[in-house]
Parts: sequence; C-alpha cells; structure tokens
Amino acid sequence: MQKYSIFSLARNALTSHKNWGEAWRNPDPKQEYDVIIIGAGGHGLATAYYLAKNHGITNVAVLEKGYLGGGNTGRNTTIVRANYLLPENELFYEHSLKLWEGLSQDLNFNVMFSQRGVINLAHTDAQVDAHQRRGNAMILNGADGVWLNKHEVKARAPLLDISDRARFPIKGGLLQPRAGTARHDAVAWGFARGADARGVDIIQNCEVTGIDIENGGVVGVQTSRGAIKAKKIGTAVAGHTGHIAAMAEMRLPIESHVLQAMVSEPVKPCLDTVVTSGATHTYISQSDKGELVMGGDLDLYNSYAQRGNFPRIEEVVASVISMFPAFSRLRLMRTWGGVMDMSMDGSPIITKTDINGFYINGGWCYGGFKATPGSGWVYAHTIANDTPHKLNEGFALNRFEHGYMIDEEGSGATPNAH
Amino acid sequence: MLEINCPYCGKRAQKEFTYAGDAGAERPNLETGTNQDWFEFVYLRNNPRGLHDELWHHSAGCRRLIKVRRDVVTHEIIDTGAPSDSLSTGAS
Ligand SMILES: Cc1cc2nc3c(=O)[nH]c(=O)nc-3n(C[C@H](O)[C@H](O)[C@H](O)COP(=O)(O)OP(=O)(O)OC[C@H]3O[C@@H](n4cnc5c(N)ncnc54)[C@H](O)[C@@H]3O)c2cc1C
Ligand SMILES: [Zn+2]
Repeated sequence: MQKYSIFSLARNALTSHKNWGEAWRNPDPKQEYDVIIIGAGGHGLATAYYLAKNHGITNVAVLEKGYLGGGNTGRNTTIVRANYLLPENELFYEHSLKLWEGLSQDLNFNVMFSQRGVINLAHTDAQVDAHQRRGNAMILNGADGVWLNKHEVKARAPLLDISDRARFPIKGGLLQPRAGTARHDAVAWGFARGADARGVDIIQNCEVTGIDIENGGVVGVQTSRGAIKAKKIGTAVAGHTGHIAAMAEMRLPIESHVLQAMVSEPVKPCLDTVVTSGATHTYISQSDKGELVMGGDLDLYNSYAQRGNFPRIEEVVASVISMFPAFSRLRLMRTWGGVMDMSMDGSPIITKTDINGFYINGGWCYGGFKATPGSGWVYAHTIANDTPHKLNEGFALNRFEHGYMIDEEGSGATPNAH
Repeated sequence: MLEINCPYCGKRAQKEFTYAGDAGAERPNLETGTNQDWFEFVYLRNNPRGLHDELWHHSAGCRRLIKVRRDVVTHEIIDTGAPSDSLSTGAS
C-alpha cells in the first residue's frame, strides 16, 4: 500500500498527480475463501479489515452487488454519537466512538471525523427529565454528556428559535461534545484500501443470489459471477438482511423500510454543530460543502425502494423551519432514500446463527453509520472465534425469543416506531 | 404520494392513512397457541422483496382497517380490500 503523507503529496505534485496508484485492486473471484462477507458497505469492509488486522485472517472476499459504498454508507446523514440509555448500546457505541477518534491515523486515510458535538433538544419538562437521565447513564458508562440550558443551546446554534412562540419551545438540550460527523464515502474507501492492502479481495458487481448449506452448515454462495466456496459466511447488507436470510430459509425479527434524507443549496457556514430534536425527530447539520443536511422519520411502510415519498420530505422541512426559521428561504437541492433494517426492538443484531458458519450483522435501524468501526471490530471477532465479543453478546438473535430485548425507545415490537 | 383505494371511501391520499404492518402475521389461537406460535406472531416477519400484504388504518377517513397488496420495490399498489378479502395477484 502506498502510504499517504505530506511527502507522497509533494512527490506526486511534481508529476501533476498523474501517477497516484489505485487505492485497491479489482480482482476476479477465486474458487474458495476462508471467509466471505456479503456487502461492501462500511460494515462489511470494516469487518474484512479487522479480520485481517486483528485476527490474521486474510483469505477473505467481500462480495458487493453494486459498487463499494453505494448503499447506506453513501446515503446517510453521517451523524456519529454514543448517547444511549441502555448499557448494551452505550458500551458498544462508546467503543465505536473511541475507534472513530483514531480511525484516520489507523487507516492512513482522512475520514474527516469532526467532533463538532451533537445536541439533542428537549421540548417538554418530561423530555428534560428523560434527557438528563440518559446523560447520567452515558456518564456512568464512561462516555461524555453535558446538560445545556436553552441559552447555552442558543450560544452553540444561534439561528435556533428559543422563544416561547416556537411550535415546540426549546427547554434545553443534551450535548455530547465528542460526537459529530464524518465523511461517509471516505470511511468505505479507507476500510476498503486497508483491507485490500492486507490481501482481502473486494469483488464488485457480484450479487449473492443463494446460500449453499449442507448438513446444517454453509459451504458457499451462488452469485451473479458464479459459485464461490467458503466455510464461513457473514452478511453485512443493511436493509437487505431479511432478503439474504430468506436464502438460508430463516425468518428474522426485521422489516425493511425506506429512510429519506435531503440537502439544501450550499450556503456559508451557519451551523457548526449537529442539532437533533426529541419532539419532531429531525436532525440537521451543515456539510463541509455548505449544504444543510436534514433527515427525519421513516416513510413508515415496508419498502425495498431506495426512494421515498413527498409527505415525509414536507414534514422534515417543516420541522426544521419550525426550529430554524431563517432556513425557510433556502431551496431544497436534493433528496434520496436508503433501505434500512428495522429490528423489533430498535437495536442491532450481530450474531452467529443455528446454521454453522453463517453469521448475521443487521438490524441497524436509523443509526448504523456511527457503528461502522465498532461493528466491524466485534463482527470480525465473532466470525474469527465463532463466539461473540463481550460487546455484542447482548445483540444475539435469540434475545427476542428469550425476552432480553434492548428497546431503547420502549416502543415494543413495532419496527417502524423505533 | 401513494394513492390508496379504500374499499369503503374510494381513492384517497396516503396522508389520510396510518400504516399498520404485515397483514400476514396471524394471531395464534388463545387456547391452543404455543409459545413458539406467539414468538413468531409477535417478532418474525417474511419481509419479502416483492408483493406484500399489509394493513392500513384509514385514520383520517372512515377509521377502518383495510388490506393493501403492494409491491415494496416499485411501491405500486396491486389491489385493496377488507382485511378478510383475498386480493388479486395483479397478473392479468
Ligand atoms: C437516509 C439515511 C440517513 C442515515 N443517517 C444516519 C446517521 O446520521 N448516523 C448513523 O449512524 N446512521 C445513519 N443511517 C444508517 C446507516 O447509513 C446504516 O446503518 C449504515 O450505513 C449501514 O452500513 P452497512 O455497511 O451495513 O450498509 P450499506 O452501506 O448499505 O452496505 C450494504 C451493501 O450490501 C450490498 N448488498 C445488498 N444485497 C446484496 C447481495 N444480495 N449481494 C451482494 N451485495 C449486496 C449493497 O449493495 C450495499 O452496498 C442512515 C441511513 C439512511 C438511509
Ligand atoms: Zn375509508
């Protein structure tokens, strides 16, 4: 791997940047691998990277039906945080946040992790109590959390309407200072480059169409580029986990839903933190290009389409304008959607299964981007050792059957309500 | 926006409806249902990538539950009816 540094930059500048090597190879699939990962999003690539780096397993293929990073990794609103109430979630996401803090160095690739803070607004007295309780839980679990009154909130996001006339008056907010945003594509590219350099084959335009199972264990996959053998197969396909599981004749506690996001036209810097609202469930930040990046709820009905419907766009925009009246003048530039696994308790599933050598990583709901390094870390451990890491023991598939749900919202088995 | 044909009210905009989930999940018999039956009813879904039968509540209309058969990849609505109706497959 060609190391990126000030010196390589200077050297390549001398030849007008015409001689930079490729960041990763484009190999044809071999007949057999030790491990196959399905899906070259951030999670699949991070898993391959840590399989090689932490466990010395390098005979690995990552199979991707489109191009790497073209799924939700390239479609999300890039918020990275660890502000959960329940210990299973908080400890896992805090581990992930720590990995983010060293990721650019570790990968020798700038993932543009910007710890600009995430503020979660409270709009009622009940929300103030709930947010403060969550903040205390975060601190008890070793993360950072700071309560802001509404004037402190205003100081950090001056365009917010904190008056009593607001549709949802702001009472204060829970800030996580170490949270922030990252460059979504760079995360996929950095992990791809690091995995490839350690010998992992990343095979694009290769759709998995079947899982071959013999005597209760996996033996390989069928793909659009032929059959490939492996004794261990792990899925990391975001919204398509149910679809892949069906190939192994499994039904999952998951529904696939579409989530939309949108950006305004680019403007000068006006919001240098991330603001999320507990009342309207919208989230907003400003990208380095100047666009305001906004998202909200799901479209709420089952969908495998990477596009959504107008009513949700209208609701997100209306909510944002109710908080930031000044943004009403902006034009909306682009909207898009991604297909997400909504699990029955709103928490992820990172697990081995009853089929030998078949592993599942899914159920990420709204928030799997921030999990990318942590997810790859514990999933690689699970696959390498055929046993979960301490941090994903709670995310087992059988928790639903046994009543150990991790239901952060307390909304029960209604996937679209998490 | 989806346009949903309520069997009681006619074609209405999606905004009048609230999604109520998979119509295929069948509640087990109270007397004879096993733990496994209940687990499957509450938690497991077919989640198909194709035609999906689902319930919608006409919450801002007649307030009845209706059944909708919809292609979840194209969002095309194939047929609608009362929850107990059997719907057409769309193949003509
Ligand atoms: C609009 C939107 C906003 C979001 N905002 C945030 C946010 O602010 N913060 C946050 O933490 N999370 C957010 N998320 C969630 C986050 O994007 C995802 O949880 C995360 O990116 C999932 O990563 P992944 O690698 O599992 O999935 P993906 O990046 O989707 O990768 C899965 C890959 O699998 C491939 N695949 C699927 N089926 C097959 C097959 N049969 N064969 C081969 N390959 C296959 C797909 O093509 C895809 O490239 C958001 C999601 C969306 C849609
Ligand atoms: Zn009606």
